[in-house]
Amino acid sequence: MKNRKSSRAAGFVLLAAGAALTAAGLLQGQYASVLAKAIRICMECVGIG
Amino acid sequence: MGIQAAAALLQNANFKGFFTGRVSENAAKGVCVPGLNCYSCSGAVGACPMGALQSFLGARPFRIPYYVVGLLVFFGALLGRAVCGFLCPMGWIQELIALVPVPKKNRFRLDKPLRKLKYLVLAATVTLPLFVARTPFFCKYICPSGTAAALFLAAADKTVRSMLGSLFNWKLAVLIALVLLSLFIFRPFCKYLCPLGAVYGCFNRFALYRGSVDENACVRCGKCAAACRMGVDPVKNINSAECIRCGDCAKNCPVKAISLGFTAGKAKQSGSLTPKGGTAAK
Repeated sequence: MKNRKSSRAAGFVLLAAGAALTAAGLLQGQYASVLAKAIRICMECVGIG
Repeated sequence: MGIQAAAALLQNANFKGFFTGRVSENAAKGVCVPGLNCYSCSGAVGACPMGALQSFLGARPFRIPYYVVGLLVFFGALLGRAVCGFLCPMGWIQELIALVPVPKKNRFRLDKPLRKLKYLVLAATVTLPLFVARTPFFCKYICPSGTAAALFLAAADKTVRSMLGSLFNWKLAVLIALVLLSLFIFRPFCKYLCPLGAVYGCFNRFALYRGSVDENACVRCGKCAAACRMGVDPVKNINSAECIRCGDCAKNCPVKAISLGFTAGKAKQSGSLTPKGGTAAK
């Protein structure tokens, strides 16, 4: 029971950490970097090289 | 299956792209989807987290990929491998292939050691673009989602078709091998190769979407373990890194002792049990 509670608490901590990291990335303009890559065909991904 | 189909469609809702061979340029493309869905697929409306991660790791000057890692941690902490079970188009396609009525073999000697392969693939996916070459190795040599994307692009665009060569042939061979394996083994790509599954598996113990076994209700009949196509024994370890939260165990439990969800086991005593005559998994 105790283990279940602590792993649940860890889940909330990780969720908050994920949100914080995402926010940090957004502040650094990393969304734009992902967008710039994602709107072009990735030659390696489709096996062209 | 319905949720999986809806998730796959939603993540590939740029239907026009399938006919024009052009990838979506909408702002949503900058947001990573939770599952493995190549952003070069003409239908994709979001970014693939593995592709985006490798793109950051291979870029110079190097920047710590806070955004992509943050989203992976967020999805992992929220859902764990429920992402694999419900939201990943690759998982859904493998389940569709598994519907072909041929004898299945989900338990065999090499199954357990092969499961570790996905962690090696993850390690290579992360380290090779950093230290060896600025190439997304997983996307380039393994990812079947990218190969499927190439097939859609090639079907719509003659120029793409003319550019496909030996690398594509290799990737096509990997895809065909996975399709054939999926006929006989449940989700072989998820079990043995997917680096995203390896990431989310690490979160299964802590994810808010979790599984629980009611210790008092369980009769230890073993029907849940027999029903699990991912080879998990829920009574021993319901939050195993291999569990994709499909719910087959709960459906097959005769006493309804297994629950899955965000509130699983909250009102009951729960966790790992010691099967009669056995030992509890750590």
